[in-house]
Amino acid sequence: MTAHPEPLTHQQAPPLHDSAVRLREAGLAYDSRTLWNGLDLDVEPGEFLAILGPNGSGKTSLLRVLLGLQQLSSGTVEIAGTAAHRGNSRIGYIPQQRALEDSLALRGSDLVGLGLDGHHWGMGLRGRARRKRRVAETLHAVEASAYAKTPLGLLSGGEQQRLRVAQALVGEPDVLLCDEPLLSLDLSHQRRVSDLIARQARESRAAVLFVTHEINPVLPLVDRVLYLVDGRFRIGTPDEVMNSETLSELYGTDVEVARVGGRLVVAGTDNEQDHHVHETEQK
Amino acid sequence: MNKLIDALGRMFDVEATADLLGYPFVQQALLAAAALGLVSGVLAPLVVTRRMSFAVHGTAELAFTGAAAALLIGASVGVGALAGAVVAALLLGLLGQRDNERDSVIGAILSFGLGVGVLLLWMNPERTANKFSLLVGQIVGVDSADVTLLTSCAAVVLVAMAFLYRPLLFASVDPDVAAARGVPARVLAPVFSLLVGVATALGVHVVGALLVMALMVTPGAAAMRVTASPVTATILSVVFAEVAALGGIVLSLAPGVPVSAFVTVISFVIYLVCRGIGSARPRRSVAPTAARSGAQAVS
Repeated sequence: MTAHPEPLTHQQAPPLHDSAVRLREAGLAYDSRTLWNGLDLDVEPGEFLAILGPNGSGKTSLLRVLLGLQQLSSGTVEIAGTAAHRGNSRIGYIPQQRALEDSLALRGSDLVGLGLDGHHWGMGLRGRARRKRRVAETLHAVEASAYAKTPLGLLSGGEQQRLRVAQALVGEPDVLLCDEPLLSLDLSHQRRVSDLIARQARESRAAVLFVTHEINPVLPLVDRVLYLVDGRFRIGTPDEVMNSETLSELYGTDVEVARVGGRLVVAGTDNEQDHHVHETEQK
Repeated sequence: MNKLIDALGRMFDVEATADLLGYPFVQQALLAAAALGLVSGVLAPLVVTRRMSFAVHGTAELAFTGAAAALLIGASVGVGALAGAVVAALLLGLLGQRDNERDSVIGAILSFGLGVGVLLLWMNPERTANKFSLLVGQIVGVDSADVTLLTSCAAVVLVAMAFLYRPLLFASVDPDVAAARGVPARVLAPVFSLLVGVATALGVHVVGALLVMALMVTPGAAAMRVTASPVTATILSVVFAEVAALGGIVLSLAPGVPVSAFVTVISFVIYLVCRGIGSARPRRSVAPTAARSGAQAVS
Protein backbone atom coordinates (compact mmCIF):
# COMPACT_ATOMS: atom_id res chain seq x y z
CA MET A 1 0.00 0.00 0.00
CA THR A 2 2.93 2.38 0.59
CA ALA A 3 3.34 3.05 -3.12
CA HIS A 4 -0.30 4.13 -3.32
CA PRO A 5 -0.86 6.97 -0.89
CA GLU A 6 -4.58 7.30 -1.67
CA PRO A 7 -6.81 4.43 -0.70
CA LEU A 8 -8.04 2.52 -3.73
CA THR A 9 -11.57 2.64 -2.46
CA HIS A 10 -13.06 5.51 -4.42
CA GLN A 11 -14.29 8.28 -2.19
CA GLN A 12 -16.63 9.98 -4.63
CA ALA A 13 -18.50 13.20 -4.11
CA PRO A 14 -22.20 12.45 -3.69
CA PRO A 15 -23.62 12.30 -7.22
CA LEU A 16 -26.41 14.65 -8.28
CA HIS A 17 -28.54 11.84 -9.66
CA ASP A 18 -29.31 8.53 -8.03
CA SER A 19 -26.72 5.83 -8.43
CA ALA A 20 -27.97 2.59 -9.93
CA VAL A 21 -26.57 0.79 -6.90
CA ARG A 22 -25.50 2.40 -3.64
CA LEU A 23 -24.07 0.57 -0.64
CA ARG A 24 -23.11 2.45 2.51
CA GLU A 25 -21.13 0.86 5.35
CA ALA A 26 -22.59 -2.41 4.18
CA GLY A 27 -21.66 -5.57 6.02
CA LEU A 28 -22.75 -9.17 5.74
CA ALA A 29 -22.05 -11.86 8.32
CA TYR A 30 -23.26 -15.42 8.76
CA ASP A 31 -23.23 -16.42 12.41
CA SER A 32 -19.70 -15.59 13.49
CA ARG A 33 -18.21 -15.35 10.01
CA THR A 34 -17.97 -11.90 8.39
CA LEU A 35 -18.06 -12.05 4.59
CA TRP A 36 -17.39 -8.33 4.16
CA ASN A 37 -17.84 -5.19 6.17
CA GLY A 38 -17.79 -1.40 5.67
CA LEU A 39 -18.45 -1.70 1.97
CA ASP A 40 -19.14 1.67 0.32
CA LEU A 41 -19.99 1.35 -3.33
CA ASP A 42 -21.70 3.50 -5.95
CA VAL A 43 -22.31 2.04 -9.37
CA GLU A 44 -23.39 4.59 -11.95
CA PRO A 45 -25.89 4.01 -14.76
CA GLY A 46 -24.09 2.48 -17.73
CA GLU A 47 -21.09 1.39 -15.66
CA PHE A 48 -19.66 -2.15 -15.89
CA LEU A 49 -18.41 -3.47 -12.55
CA ALA A 50 -16.72 -6.86 -12.35
CA ILE A 51 -16.97 -8.62 -8.99
CA LEU A 52 -14.05 -10.96 -8.45
CA GLY A 53 -12.77 -13.11 -5.65
CA PRO A 54 -12.27 -16.70 -4.57
CA ASN A 55 -15.17 -19.00 -3.75
CA GLY A 56 -16.89 -18.22 -0.48
CA SER A 57 -15.82 -14.57 -0.52
CA GLY A 58 -19.43 -13.43 -0.71
CA LYS A 59 -19.81 -12.49 -4.39
CA THR A 60 -23.09 -14.29 -4.86
CA SER A 61 -24.26 -13.15 -1.41
CA LEU A 62 -23.74 -9.58 -2.55
CA LEU A 63 -26.05 -10.21 -5.50
CA ARG A 64 -28.60 -11.75 -3.14
CA VAL A 65 -28.46 -8.61 -0.99
CA LEU A 66 -29.13 -6.44 -4.05
CA LEU A 67 -32.02 -8.73 -5.04
CA GLY A 68 -33.53 -8.31 -1.59
CA LEU A 69 -33.22 -12.04 -0.88
CA GLN A 70 -30.70 -11.49 1.89
CA GLN A 71 -30.60 -8.83 4.60
CA LEU A 72 -27.43 -6.87 5.32
CA SER A 73 -26.02 -7.33 8.81
CA SER A 74 -25.15 -3.64 8.85
CA GLY A 75 -25.35 -0.59 6.60
CA THR A 76 -27.75 0.29 3.80
CA VAL A 77 -28.33 -0.75 0.20
CA GLU A 78 -30.26 1.17 -2.45
CA ILE A 79 -31.23 0.26 -5.99
CA ALA A 80 -31.97 3.28 -8.20
CA GLY A 81 -32.72 5.40 -5.16
CA THR A 82 -34.94 2.99 -3.21
CA ALA A 83 -34.05 0.42 -0.57
CA ALA A 84 -33.36 -3.06 -1.99
CA HIS A 85 -36.40 -5.31 -1.82
CA ARG A 86 -37.64 -8.65 -3.05
CA GLY A 87 -39.18 -8.75 -6.53
CA ASN A 88 -37.51 -5.50 -7.61
CA SER A 89 -38.51 -4.71 -11.18
CA ARG A 90 -35.53 -2.33 -11.51
CA ILE A 91 -33.21 -5.36 -11.60
CA GLY A 92 -32.50 -7.82 -14.39
CA TYR A 93 -30.76 -11.08 -13.47
CA ILE A 94 -28.65 -13.39 -15.62
CA PRO A 95 -27.77 -16.76 -14.06
CA GLN A 96 -25.18 -19.36 -15.04
CA GLN A 97 -25.96 -21.39 -18.10
CA ARG A 98 -27.31 -24.74 -17.02
CA ALA A 99 -28.03 -27.85 -19.02
CA LEU A 100 -31.76 -27.94 -19.82
CA GLU A 101 -33.77 -31.02 -20.63
CA ASP A 102 -34.87 -31.56 -24.22
CA SER A 103 -38.37 -32.24 -22.96
CA LEU A 104 -38.82 -28.88 -21.23
CA ALA A 105 -41.93 -27.30 -22.74
CA LEU A 106 -40.54 -23.80 -23.04
CA ARG A 107 -39.30 -21.64 -25.89
CA GLY A 108 -37.09 -18.57 -25.93
CA SER A 109 -40.05 -16.26 -26.34
CA ASP A 110 -41.70 -17.84 -23.27
CA LEU A 111 -38.51 -17.42 -21.25
CA VAL A 112 -38.26 -13.74 -22.16
CA GLY A 113 -41.97 -13.24 -21.47
CA LEU A 114 -41.54 -14.71 -17.99
CA GLY A 115 -38.71 -12.25 -17.44
CA LEU A 116 -41.15 -9.44 -18.19
CA ASP A 117 -44.12 -10.44 -16.03
CA GLY A 118 -43.63 -14.01 -14.78
CA HIS A 119 -43.64 -12.81 -11.17
CA HIS A 120 -47.11 -11.26 -11.50
CA TRP A 121 -50.20 -13.04 -10.21
CA GLY A 122 -53.10 -13.79 -12.52
CA MET A 123 -53.25 -14.83 -16.15
CA GLY A 124 -52.10 -11.52 -17.62
CA LEU A 125 -54.69 -11.58 -20.36
CA ARG A 126 -54.83 -7.80 -20.55
CA GLY A 127 -51.96 -6.13 -22.33
CA ARG A 128 -51.03 -9.29 -24.22
CA ALA A 129 -50.40 -7.47 -27.48
CA ARG A 130 -48.05 -4.99 -25.81
CA ARG A 131 -46.29 -7.85 -24.03
CA LYS A 132 -45.82 -9.74 -27.27
CA ARG A 133 -44.41 -6.65 -29.00
CA ARG A 134 -41.97 -5.93 -26.18
CA VAL A 135 -40.75 -9.55 -26.16
CA ALA A 136 -40.26 -9.51 -29.94
CA GLU A 137 -38.34 -6.21 -29.75
CA THR A 138 -36.00 -7.54 -27.09
CA LEU A 139 -35.42 -10.83 -28.93
CA HIS A 140 -34.58 -8.78 -32.01
CA ALA A 141 -32.16 -6.59 -30.03
CA VAL A 142 -30.13 -9.62 -28.90
CA GLU A 143 -30.45 -11.18 -32.38
CA ALA A 144 -32.20 -14.26 -31.06
CA SER A 145 -35.37 -13.95 -33.15
CA ALA A 146 -34.33 -16.83 -35.41
CA TYR A 147 -34.60 -19.42 -32.63
CA ALA A 148 -37.19 -17.76 -30.38
CA LYS A 149 -39.72 -20.52 -31.08
CA THR A 150 -37.33 -23.47 -30.72
CA PRO A 151 -37.56 -25.58 -27.55
CA LEU A 152 -34.92 -24.25 -25.14
CA GLY A 153 -33.41 -27.66 -24.51
CA LEU A 154 -32.37 -27.92 -28.16
CA LEU A 155 -30.37 -24.67 -28.18
CA SER A 156 -26.63 -24.33 -27.62
CA GLY A 157 -25.30 -22.83 -24.41
CA GLY A 158 -24.44 -19.59 -26.20
CA GLU A 159 -27.91 -19.28 -27.69
CA GLN A 160 -29.48 -19.96 -24.28
CA GLN A 161 -27.38 -17.24 -22.65
CA ARG A 162 -28.32 -14.82 -25.42
CA LEU A 163 -31.96 -15.46 -24.50
CA ARG A 164 -31.03 -14.98 -20.85
CA VAL A 165 -29.71 -11.53 -21.73
CA ALA A 166 -33.03 -10.74 -23.42
CA GLN A 167 -34.93 -12.11 -20.41
CA ALA A 168 -32.98 -9.83 -18.08
CA LEU A 169 -33.29 -6.77 -20.31
CA VAL A 170 -36.94 -7.06 -21.31
CA GLY A 171 -38.17 -5.22 -18.21
CA GLU A 172 -35.83 -2.29 -18.98
CA PRO A 173 -33.93 -2.59 -15.70
CA ASP A 174 -31.60 0.00 -14.16
CA VAL A 175 -29.31 -2.71 -12.87
CA LEU A 176 -28.17 -5.92 -14.52
CA LEU A 177 -26.89 -8.56 -12.11
CA CYS A 178 -24.89 -11.34 -13.77
CA ASP A 179 -23.92 -14.39 -11.71
CA GLU A 180 -21.15 -16.17 -13.64
CA PRO A 181 -23.10 -16.01 -16.91
CA LEU A 182 -20.12 -17.21 -18.95
CA LEU A 183 -19.45 -20.35 -16.97
CA SER A 184 -19.54 -23.49 -19.14
CA LEU A 185 -19.50 -21.48 -22.38
CA ASP A 186 -16.64 -21.90 -24.83
CA LEU A 187 -14.27 -18.98 -25.44
CA SER A 188 -15.93 -17.52 -28.52
CA HIS A 189 -19.36 -17.62 -26.89
CA GLN A 190 -17.92 -16.10 -23.71
CA ARG A 191 -16.78 -13.11 -25.73
CA ARG A 192 -19.99 -12.77 -27.72
CA VAL A 193 -22.26 -13.01 -24.70
CA SER A 194 -20.22 -10.59 -22.61
CA ASP A 195 -20.02 -8.11 -25.52
CA LEU A 196 -23.77 -8.37 -25.89
CA ILE A 197 -24.36 -7.72 -22.19
CA ALA A 198 -22.05 -4.69 -22.19
CA ARG A 199 -23.46 -3.21 -25.40
CA GLN A 200 -27.10 -3.66 -24.39
CA ALA A 201 -26.47 -2.29 -20.92
CA ARG A 202 -24.69 0.76 -22.28
CA GLU A 203 -27.50 1.47 -24.73
CA SER A 204 -30.16 1.25 -22.04
CA ARG A 205 -28.00 3.02 -19.40
CA ALA A 206 -28.18 0.02 -17.08
CA ALA A 207 -25.40 -0.62 -14.59
CA VAL A 208 -23.84 -4.07 -14.85
CA LEU A 209 -22.60 -6.00 -11.81
CA PHE A 210 -20.82 -8.99 -13.23
CA VAL A 211 -19.75 -11.77 -10.88
CA THR A 212 -16.98 -13.86 -12.38
CA HIS A 213 -13.97 -15.86 -11.25
CA GLU A 214 -12.15 -15.09 -14.49
CA ILE A 215 -11.72 -11.46 -15.55
CA ASN A 216 -10.09 -12.00 -18.94
CA PRO A 217 -13.22 -12.56 -21.06
CA VAL A 218 -14.66 -9.25 -19.80
CA LEU A 219 -11.42 -7.29 -19.25
CA PRO A 220 -11.90 -4.90 -22.20
CA LEU A 221 -15.45 -4.11 -21.02
CA VAL A 222 -14.81 -3.52 -17.34
CA ASP A 223 -14.89 0.01 -15.92
CA ARG A 224 -14.15 -0.96 -12.33
CA VAL A 225 -13.41 -4.06 -10.31
CA LEU A 226 -14.63 -5.04 -6.86
CA TYR A 227 -12.25 -7.70 -5.57
CA LEU A 228 -13.35 -9.60 -2.44
CA VAL A 229 -11.01 -11.86 -0.44
CA ASP A 230 -11.73 -13.19 3.05
CA GLY A 231 -13.55 -10.11 4.31
CA ARG A 232 -11.10 -7.67 2.66
CA PHE A 233 -11.91 -5.87 -0.57
CA ARG A 234 -10.63 -3.34 -3.09
CA ILE A 235 -12.57 -1.22 -5.54
CA GLY A 236 -10.93 0.49 -8.50
CA THR A 237 -10.13 0.33 -12.19
CA PRO A 238 -8.66 -2.95 -13.41
CA ASP A 239 -5.20 -1.39 -13.42
CA GLU A 240 -5.60 -0.15 -9.86
CA VAL A 241 -6.75 -3.49 -8.49
CA MET A 242 -5.30 -6.14 -10.74
CA ASN A 243 -1.63 -5.62 -9.88
CA SER A 244 0.82 -7.70 -7.87
CA GLU A 245 0.95 -5.31 -4.95
CA THR A 246 -2.77 -4.89 -4.36
CA LEU A 247 -3.61 -8.54 -4.80
CA SER A 248 -0.68 -9.60 -2.58
CA GLU A 249 -2.07 -7.39 0.15
CA LEU A 250 -5.62 -8.67 -0.36
CA TYR A 251 -4.59 -12.31 -0.26
CA GLY A 252 -1.93 -11.76 2.43
CA THR A 253 0.56 -13.74 0.37
CA ASP A 254 2.79 -13.15 -2.65
CA VAL A 255 0.68 -12.81 -5.77
CA GLU A 256 2.13 -12.08 -9.19
CA VAL A 257 0.06 -10.37 -11.86
CA ALA A 258 1.40 -10.26 -15.38
CA ARG A 259 -0.09 -8.95 -18.60
CA VAL A 260 0.44 -11.44 -21.40
CA GLY A 261 -0.93 -10.37 -24.78
CA GLY A 262 -3.88 -8.43 -23.40
CA ARG A 263 -4.67 -11.11 -20.81
CA LEU A 264 -4.05 -10.92 -17.11
CA VAL A 265 -2.28 -13.89 -15.60
CA VAL A 266 -2.58 -14.10 -11.83
CA ALA A 267 -0.25 -16.51 -10.06
CA GLY A 268 -0.19 -17.44 -6.40
CA THR A 269 -3.82 -17.06 -5.41
CA ASP A 270 -4.52 -20.81 -5.52
CA ASN A 271 -7.30 -19.66 -7.76
CA GLU A 272 -6.09 -21.10 -11.02
CA GLN A 273 -5.60 -24.60 -9.66
CA ASP A 274 -9.07 -24.44 -8.20
CA HIS A 275 -10.85 -23.25 -11.29
CA HIS A 276 -11.90 -26.64 -12.53
CA VAL A 277 -12.98 -27.70 -9.08
CA HIS A 278 -15.07 -24.54 -8.75
CA GLU A 279 -16.75 -25.00 -12.06
CA THR A 280 -18.00 -28.43 -11.19
CA GLU A 281 -18.83 -27.60 -7.60
CA GLN A 282 -21.04 -24.64 -8.30
CA LYS A 283 -24.46 -26.15 -8.84
CA MET B 1 -61.39 -64.17 -22.79
CA ASN B 2 -64.84 -64.80 -24.19
CA LYS B 3 -66.16 -62.25 -21.76
CA LEU B 4 -63.84 -59.61 -23.22
CA ILE B 5 -64.67 -60.41 -26.85
CA ASP B 6 -68.35 -60.34 -26.00
CA ALA B 7 -67.98 -56.97 -24.27
CA LEU B 8 -65.94 -55.44 -27.07
CA GLY B 9 -68.58 -56.60 -29.53
CA ARG B 10 -71.10 -54.48 -27.68
CA MET B 11 -68.77 -51.47 -27.50
CA PHE B 12 -70.07 -50.01 -30.76
CA ASP B 13 -73.69 -50.78 -30.02
CA VAL B 14 -74.76 -47.22 -30.72
CA GLU B 15 -78.37 -47.82 -29.86
CA ALA B 16 -77.66 -49.17 -26.39
CA THR B 17 -75.16 -46.40 -25.74
CA ALA B 18 -77.62 -43.71 -26.85
CA ASP B 19 -80.26 -45.31 -24.67
CA LEU B 20 -77.99 -45.26 -21.60
CA LEU B 21 -76.97 -41.66 -22.25
CA GLY B 22 -80.58 -40.72 -21.52
CA TYR B 23 -80.31 -41.78 -17.88
CA PRO B 24 -79.67 -39.03 -15.30
CA PHE B 25 -77.01 -41.08 -13.51
CA VAL B 26 -75.05 -41.39 -16.76
CA GLN B 27 -75.36 -37.66 -17.39
CA GLN B 28 -74.15 -36.96 -13.88
CA ALA B 29 -71.20 -39.23 -14.47
CA LEU B 30 -70.36 -37.35 -17.67
CA LEU B 31 -70.60 -34.01 -15.88
CA ALA B 32 -68.27 -35.25 -13.15
CA ALA B 33 -65.84 -36.61 -15.73
CA ALA B 34 -65.88 -33.35 -17.68
CA ALA B 35 -65.03 -31.36 -14.55
CA LEU B 36 -62.26 -33.79 -13.67
CA GLY B 37 -60.86 -33.75 -17.21
CA LEU B 38 -60.69 -29.97 -17.17
CA VAL B 39 -58.92 -29.75 -13.81
CA SER B 40 -56.46 -32.56 -14.39
CA GLY B 41 -55.73 -31.34 -17.91
CA VAL B 42 -54.81 -27.91 -16.57
CA LEU B 43 -52.61 -29.34 -13.81
CA ALA B 44 -50.94 -32.16 -15.75
CA PRO B 45 -48.23 -30.19 -17.65
CA LEU B 46 -47.05 -28.58 -14.41
CA VAL B 47 -47.19 -31.93 -12.61
CA VAL B 48 -44.88 -33.32 -15.32
CA THR B 49 -42.57 -30.28 -15.35
CA ARG B 50 -42.25 -30.36 -11.57
CA ARG B 51 -41.63 -34.15 -11.61
CA MET B 52 -44.57 -34.83 -9.35
CA SER B 53 -45.89 -38.04 -10.96
CA PHE B 54 -44.91 -40.13 -7.98
CA ALA B 55 -46.36 -37.53 -5.60
CA VAL B 56 -49.68 -37.80 -7.46
CA HIS B 57 -49.57 -41.55 -6.99
CA GLY B 58 -48.82 -41.17 -3.27
CA THR B 59 -51.56 -38.59 -2.82
CA ALA B 60 -54.03 -40.89 -4.57
CA GLU B 61 -53.25 -43.72 -2.16
CA LEU B 62 -53.98 -41.48 0.81
CA ALA B 63 -57.16 -40.25 -0.84
CA PHE B 64 -58.09 -43.94 -1.02
CA THR B 65 -57.34 -44.32 2.69
CA GLY B 66 -59.54 -41.32 3.46
CA ALA B 67 -62.32 -42.69 1.29
CA ALA B 68 -62.07 -46.11 2.99
CA ALA B 69 -62.31 -44.43 6.40
CA ALA B 70 -65.36 -42.45 5.26
CA LEU B 71 -67.00 -45.64 3.98
CA LEU B 72 -66.45 -47.32 7.34
CA ILE B 73 -67.96 -44.53 9.42
CA GLY B 74 -70.71 -43.91 6.91
CA ALA B 75 -69.54 -40.46 5.80
CA SER B 76 -69.39 -39.17 2.24
CA VAL B 77 -66.73 -41.00 0.24
CA GLY B 78 -65.94 -37.81 -1.69
CA VAL B 79 -65.28 -35.84 1.49
CA GLY B 80 -63.18 -38.69 2.87
CA ALA B 81 -61.05 -38.84 -0.28
CA LEU B 82 -60.61 -35.09 -0.16
CA ALA B 83 -59.51 -35.15 3.48
CA GLY B 84 -57.04 -37.96 2.78
CA ALA B 85 -55.56 -36.14 -0.21
CA VAL B 86 -55.20 -32.87 1.71
CA VAL B 87 -53.40 -34.67 4.55
CA ALA B 88 -51.17 -36.34 1.98
CA ALA B 89 -50.36 -33.04 0.26
CA LEU B 90 -49.49 -31.43 3.58
CA LEU B 91 -47.33 -34.37 4.67
CA LEU B 92 -45.47 -34.48 1.36
CA GLY B 93 -45.07 -30.71 1.46
CA LEU B 94 -43.70 -30.75 5.02
CA LEU B 95 -41.48 -33.82 4.89
CA GLY B 96 -40.37 -33.79 1.29
CA GLN B 97 -39.02 -30.25 0.89
CA ARG B 98 -35.56 -31.49 -0.03
CA ASP B 99 -35.21 -32.86 -3.54
CA ASN B 100 -33.09 -35.85 -2.66
CA GLU B 101 -35.50 -36.96 0.04
CA ARG B 102 -38.78 -36.50 -1.80
CA ASP B 103 -38.90 -39.91 -3.46
CA SER B 104 -38.32 -41.87 -0.29
CA VAL B 105 -40.76 -39.76 1.74
CA ILE B 106 -43.49 -40.44 -0.82
CA GLY B 107 -42.67 -44.15 -0.84
CA ALA B 108 -42.87 -44.38 2.94
CA ILE B 109 -46.17 -42.48 3.21
CA LEU B 110 -47.75 -44.21 0.22
CA SER B 111 -47.20 -47.75 1.48
CA PHE B 112 -48.37 -46.87 4.97
CA GLY B 113 -51.52 -45.16 3.67
CA LEU B 114 -52.35 -48.08 1.42
CA GLY B 115 -51.91 -50.51 4.30
CA VAL B 116 -54.21 -48.53 6.57
CA GLY B 117 -56.76 -48.32 3.75
CA VAL B 118 -56.75 -52.09 3.30
CA LEU B 119 -57.27 -52.52 7.06
CA LEU B 120 -60.19 -50.08 7.03
CA LEU B 121 -61.84 -51.94 4.14
CA TRP B 122 -61.39 -55.27 5.94
CA MET B 123 -63.06 -53.79 9.04
CA ASN B 124 -66.01 -52.74 6.92
CA PRO B 125 -68.87 -55.27 7.10
CA GLU B 126 -70.64 -53.80 4.05
CA ARG B 127 -70.91 -55.26 0.57
CA THR B 128 -67.72 -55.35 -1.45
CA ALA B 129 -68.70 -53.49 -4.63
CA ASN B 130 -68.08 -50.07 -3.11
CA LYS B 131 -64.75 -51.15 -1.70
CA PHE B 132 -63.41 -52.32 -5.04
CA SER B 133 -64.58 -49.13 -6.72
CA LEU B 134 -62.32 -47.01 -4.52
CA LEU B 135 -59.31 -48.60 -6.17
CA VAL B 136 -60.45 -48.85 -9.76
CA GLY B 137 -63.23 -46.27 -9.86
CA GLN B 138 -66.94 -46.50 -10.45
CA ILE B 139 -68.24 -43.30 -11.82
CA VAL B 140 -71.77 -44.47 -12.44
CA GLY B 141 -72.08 -44.67 -8.66
CA VAL B 142 -71.61 -40.90 -8.39
CA ASP B 143 -74.72 -39.25 -6.93
CA SER B 144 -75.83 -35.65 -7.29
CA ALA B 145 -74.28 -34.61 -3.95
CA ASP B 146 -70.98 -35.99 -5.18
CA VAL B 147 -71.32 -34.09 -8.44
CA THR B 148 -71.92 -30.85 -6.53
CA LEU B 149 -68.84 -31.44 -4.39
CA LEU B 150 -66.80 -32.43 -7.40
CA THR B 151 -67.72 -29.46 -9.58
CA SER B 152 -67.31 -26.93 -6.78
CA CYS B 153 -63.89 -28.34 -5.88
CA ALA B 154 -62.97 -28.24 -9.55
CA ALA B 155 -64.05 -24.60 -9.75
CA VAL B 156 -61.93 -23.69 -6.71
CA VAL B 157 -58.87 -25.39 -8.20
CA LEU B 158 -59.36 -23.63 -11.54
CA VAL B 159 -59.76 -20.19 -9.97
CA ALA B 160 -56.66 -20.76 -7.83
CA MET B 161 -54.72 -21.89 -10.90
CA ALA B 162 -55.78 -18.81 -12.87
CA PHE B 163 -54.34 -16.69 -10.09
CA LEU B 164 -51.13 -18.70 -9.56
CA TYR B 165 -50.38 -19.87 -13.08
CA ARG B 166 -47.69 -17.44 -14.20
CA PRO B 167 -45.45 -17.43 -11.10
CA LEU B 168 -45.96 -21.18 -10.77
CA LEU B 169 -44.83 -21.75 -14.35
CA PHE B 170 -41.90 -19.39 -13.80
CA ALA B 171 -40.80 -21.18 -10.63
CA SER B 172 -41.24 -24.58 -12.30
CA VAL B 173 -39.30 -24.00 -15.52
CA ASP B 174 -36.77 -21.39 -14.40
CA PRO B 175 -36.33 -21.58 -10.61
CA ASP B 176 -33.15 -19.47 -10.32
CA VAL B 177 -34.42 -16.42 -12.16
CA ALA B 178 -37.90 -16.78 -10.63
CA ALA B 179 -36.32 -16.64 -7.17
CA ALA B 180 -34.29 -13.60 -8.20
CA ARG B 181 -37.48 -11.89 -9.37
CA GLY B 182 -39.05 -12.52 -5.97
CA VAL B 183 -41.39 -15.40 -6.84
CA PRO B 184 -42.11 -17.11 -3.49
CA ALA B 185 -41.34 -20.67 -4.60
CA ARG B 186 -41.40 -22.00 -1.04
CA VAL B 187 -45.02 -20.91 -0.67
CA LEU B 188 -46.09 -21.92 -4.16
CA ALA B 189 -44.82 -25.50 -3.87
CA PRO B 190 -47.09 -26.61 -0.99
CA VAL B 191 -50.04 -24.64 -2.43
CA PHE B 192 -49.65 -26.39 -5.77
CA SER B 193 -49.31 -29.76 -4.08
CA LEU B 194 -52.56 -29.00 -2.23
CA LEU B 195 -54.33 -28.21 -5.52
CA VAL B 196 -52.96 -31.43 -7.00
CA GLY B 197 -54.26 -33.22 -3.88
CA VAL B 198 -57.77 -31.87 -4.38
CA ALA B 199 -57.76 -32.81 -8.06
CA THR B 200 -56.42 -36.25 -7.21
CA ALA B 201 -59.21 -36.79 -4.70
CA LEU B 202 -61.72 -36.00 -7.44
CA GLY B 203 -59.95 -38.48 -9.70
CA VAL B 204 -60.27 -41.23 -7.13
CA HIS B 205 -64.02 -41.03 -7.70
CA VAL B 206 -63.84 -41.42 -11.44
CA VAL B 207 -60.92 -43.68 -12.29
CA GLY B 208 -60.00 -44.86 -8.80
CA ALA B 209 -56.90 -44.41 -6.73
CA LEU B 210 -54.76 -46.80 -8.74
CA LEU B 211 -55.37 -45.21 -12.11
CA VAL B 212 -55.52 -41.53 -11.31
CA MET B 213 -52.22 -40.94 -13.09
CA ALA B 214 -53.97 -41.66 -16.40
CA LEU B 215 -55.64 -38.26 -16.04
CA MET B 216 -53.24 -36.32 -13.81
CA VAL B 217 -49.98 -37.15 -15.58
CA THR B 218 -50.38 -38.84 -18.97
CA PRO B 219 -52.24 -36.02 -20.80
CA GLY B 220 -49.59 -33.51 -19.75
CA ALA B 221 -46.73 -35.82 -20.70
CA ALA B 222 -48.37 -36.45 -24.08
CA ALA B 223 -48.98 -32.76 -24.79
CA MET B 224 -45.40 -31.83 -23.94
CA ARG B 225 -44.17 -34.33 -26.51
CA VAL B 226 -45.75 -32.39 -29.35
CA THR B 227 -45.37 -28.75 -28.34
CA ALA B 228 -42.90 -26.58 -26.47
CA SER B 229 -45.38 -23.79 -25.85
CA PRO B 230 -46.69 -23.88 -22.26
CA VAL B 231 -50.08 -22.49 -23.31
CA THR B 232 -50.55 -24.91 -26.21
CA ALA B 233 -49.40 -27.75 -23.97
CA THR B 234 -52.07 -26.87 -21.41
CA ILE B 235 -54.82 -26.64 -24.02
CA LEU B 236 -53.81 -29.98 -25.59
CA SER B 237 -53.56 -31.57 -22.16
CA VAL B 238 -57.13 -30.50 -21.34
CA VAL B 239 -58.36 -31.88 -24.68
CA PHE B 240 -56.56 -35.20 -24.11
CA ALA B 241 -57.87 -35.51 -20.55
CA GLU B 242 -61.45 -34.76 -21.68
CA VAL B 243 -61.25 -37.24 -24.54
CA ALA B 244 -59.96 -39.92 -22.18
CA ALA B 245 -62.45 -39.21 -19.36
CA LEU B 246 -65.60 -38.66 -21.44
CA GLY B 247 -64.64 -41.13 -24.17
CA GLY B 248 -63.88 -43.76 -21.55
CA ILE B 249 -67.32 -43.42 -19.99
CA VAL B 250 -69.25 -43.43 -23.27
CA LEU B 251 -67.39 -46.46 -24.63
CA SER B 252 -67.83 -48.39 -21.39
CA LEU B 253 -71.60 -47.91 -21.24
CA ALA B 254 -72.85 -50.61 -23.59
CA PRO B 255 -70.30 -53.34 -22.81
CA GLY B 256 -70.50 -52.70 -19.06
CA VAL B 257 -66.71 -52.84 -18.68
CA PRO B 258 -65.23 -50.76 -15.79
CA VAL B 259 -64.80 -47.15 -16.86
CA SER B 260 -61.18 -46.99 -15.74
CA ALA B 261 -60.13 -49.62 -18.26
CA PHE B 262 -61.24 -47.44 -21.17
CA VAL B 263 -60.01 -44.16 -19.64
CA THR B 264 -56.51 -45.53 -19.17
CA VAL B 265 -56.39 -47.20 -22.59
CA ILE B 266 -57.48 -44.01 -24.39
CA SER B 267 -55.04 -41.93 -22.35
CA PHE B 268 -52.20 -44.30 -23.10
CA VAL B 269 -52.95 -44.49 -26.82
CA ILE B 270 -52.92 -40.67 -27.00
CA TYR B 271 -49.58 -40.72 -25.21
CA LEU B 272 -48.10 -43.24 -27.65
CA VAL B 273 -49.32 -41.28 -30.67
CA CYS B 274 -47.85 -38.04 -29.23
CA ARG B 275 -44.53 -39.76 -28.57
CA GLY B 276 -44.52 -40.91 -32.18
CA ILE B 277 -45.27 -37.42 -33.46
CA GLY B 278 -42.72 -35.94 -31.07
CA SER B 279 -39.86 -38.13 -32.21
CA ALA B 280 -40.71 -37.46 -35.85
CA ARG B 281 -40.43 -33.71 -35.24
CA PRO B 282 -37.24 -32.10 -36.51
CA ARG B 283 -34.71 -31.58 -33.76
CA ARG B 284 -34.73 -27.88 -34.50
CA SER B 285 -37.30 -25.80 -36.28
CA VAL B 286 -34.67 -23.38 -37.59
CA ALA B 287 -31.87 -24.26 -39.93
CA PRO B 288 -28.74 -24.18 -37.75
CA THR B 289 -26.94 -22.06 -40.32
CA ALA B 290 -29.49 -19.27 -39.99
CA ALA B 291 -29.05 -19.16 -36.23
CA ARG B 292 -25.30 -19.24 -36.48
CA SER B 293 -25.04 -16.40 -38.96
CA GLY B 294 -27.30 -14.36 -36.69
CA ALA B 295 -24.94 -14.95 -33.81
CA GLN B 296 -21.86 -14.11 -35.82
CA ALA B 297 -23.20 -10.76 -36.87
CA VAL B 298 -22.81 -9.64 -33.27
CA SER B 299 -19.20 -10.52 -32.59
